Amino acid sequence: MSPAERRMPARRANRRAFATLKAIAGFVVVVATTYLGLLAVTFFIGRVVPIDPVLAIVGDRAPSHVVERVRQEMGFNLPYYQQFFLYVKGVLQGDFGTSVLTTNPVMTDIRRVFPATMELATVGTVIGAAFGIPLGVLAAVRRGSLADQIVRIVGLVGYSVPIFWLGLLALLVFYARLGWTSGPGRMDVVFEYTFTPITGFFLLDAILNRDWAAFRDIVSHIVLPGSLLGYFSLAYISRMTRSFMLNELSQEYIVAARAKGLSETRIIWGHALRNAAVPLVTVIALSYAGLLEGSVLTETVFAWPGLGLYITNSLQNADMNAVLGGTIVIGSVFIAINLLSDVLYRMLDPRTRTR
Amino acid sequence: MSETAMTRREWLLTDRPQSRLQARLGRAYVTWRRFAANRLAVIGMLIILGLIVLAIFAPLLAPYSPYVGDLAKSRLLPPDAAHWLGTDDQGRDILSRLIYGSRLTLQVVVLVAIIAAPLGLLVGTVAGYAGGWVDAVLMRITDIFLAFPKLVLALAFVAALGPGIGNAIIAIAITSWPPYARIARAETLTVRNSDYISAVRLMGASPWRIVLRHIMPLCISSLIVRVTLDMAGIILTAAGLGFLGLGAQPPLPEWGAMIASGRRFILDQWWVAAMPGFAILVVSLGFNLLGDGLRDALDPRGSSQ
Repeated sequence: MSPAERRMPARRANRRAFATLKAIAGFVVVVATTYLGLLAVTFFIGRVVPIDPVLAIVGDRAPSHVVERVRQEMGFNLPYYQQFFLYVKGVLQGDFGTSVLTTNPVMTDIRRVFPATMELATVGTVIGAAFGIPLGVLAAVRRGSLADQIVRIVGLVGYSVPIFWLGLLALLVFYARLGWTSGPGRMDVVFEYTFTPITGFFLLDAILNRDWAAFRDIVSHIVLPGSLLGYFSLAYISRMTRSFMLNELSQEYIVAARAKGLSETRIIWGHALRNAAVPLVTVIALSYAGLLEGSVLTETVFAWPGLGLYITNSLQNADMNAVLGGTIVIGSVFIAINLLSDVLYRMLDPRTRTR
Repeated sequence: MSETAMTRREWLLTDRPQSRLQARLGRAYVTWRRFAANRLAVIGMLIILGLIVLAIFAPLLAPYSPYVGDLAKSRLLPPDAAHWLGTDDQGRDILSRLIYGSRLTLQVVVLVAIIAAPLGLLVGTVAGYAGGWVDAVLMRITDIFLAFPKLVLALAFVAALGPGIGNAIIAIAITSWPPYARIARAETLTVRNSDYISAVRLMGASPWRIVLRHIMPLCISSLIVRVTLDMAGIILTAAGLGFLGLGAQPPLPEWGAMIASGRRFILDQWWVAAMPGFAILVVSLGFNLLGDGLRDALDPRGSSQ
């Protein structure tokens, strides 16, 4: 702080407030343009790419007067920029159009299926972090050892394996051959009528209902797809943990801690990992977003009634409103998580706050 | 070692190369030595070379036709001496289909790389060199694309364009250029103020000439590393699209689509779905190992970890 600055505290406070405002404004601009970009792309996919978007909605067997009426009603005869304006307005009001397949508004459908996807992605991220972080720490501490090599190979295979294929094999081995877990779906048909969803997150609902039989059944259904997604995120999390830990362990404060005579356990878990945790939060958030996307293929294999299955079913029936609605929702969550991890990073790491 | 080999080595490693060729060969030799010291990377390279050989010589190597099977006698046979990897529901030899399928896999990665890498390179170098509002606009677009979920967006694109391997390639390319633009821009920013660029500018070179001839070549090596590392992801995305029925259409022996068609028999004839998945795993593992090795060899800064 310079003497001149010390003399003018009011002006400094002003300047800081201005900087904060500027940061917030920049943030809003980023969110708005990214979201607008997403909508521009989905608009492009839905309206510009198909030869006739009306036919894509009503189907090619519709009589010509129906086609013409729909074209008028949906404003497809307007110029593109007006169409885009209407489109953005609709999406911002939660109107993604109507699904041809289910005849519901797409938003209603998505509200119904989205909790299933979030539940699966959450379980996957928890598993991935619970195993990935210790493995990454181990690999960093025993760098170059056999353990390090094994963690590296496990991670590389996780990066390279087609997740839907691994899911099929897991179903074959653990469900069909060994009978250790339940098969596809979220729960057995037996529970369909007795179970009342409250939040849509079935694990939570079963606990709230104190329905332990259902809880066990739900766990045995979610364990396979959950571990599969967990492995997927483990590969990413363990690799990043290793690299962050190596970075921290080479810092001088670690030498200082050793010189003080702290135990190695304390140094690794208390000092190094705590500092590595800051960028790790970002990594975990991003892997969560990745799992939401990975769920598209996983849900197809496990007949998991979530957003991914909804999108693929709609794809197979050329139900573009539903596909694009799902794309926008996953894209929005992606953007939100990206920004959230950015904000979290700034909050957790004081160094990024100094300007 | 014979004496000629020694002198050749010395010739390559000399500090005073006599010609441009010698300097280049020398650098290539050093890079190669660093790369070859990494055993996993060499394994990765061998896998990819194997894939290329399979793709080129598919008609010679495949024991049976990939499209026509013996429906009467060889339906869903388990792996044995005649059909090493078994046969599928139409009596086709799975090994032969996998060998022909390597052509499709290679086609996808090569075409995506040819479309996406130059696009990213162009956007990144122009943004980095021009600076100002051009930079701001181009990078904002790049960031917007970076923030999108790739697979889902590719799905939506293919849904609109119609299924097929060509459209799948376009969709994947459209979603995979932004990281290349970021890398190219970062590289451009480090060289744009260097003396040799100023020298070229003083000699009257146009901005386009500077970008195309003097900046882009410098970005190539880091771009190659990134593209190689992305290949695995591209293969997995293509296989995922194929699995959902949006990529290559039957009877093309695309590996992802083969898994999808073997899915019905997974409980009793597991090999129909298992073998193509194994092929995908091996090839994308190969690209990952190769990419890791290339990164360490070409970019010594990052190899300390």
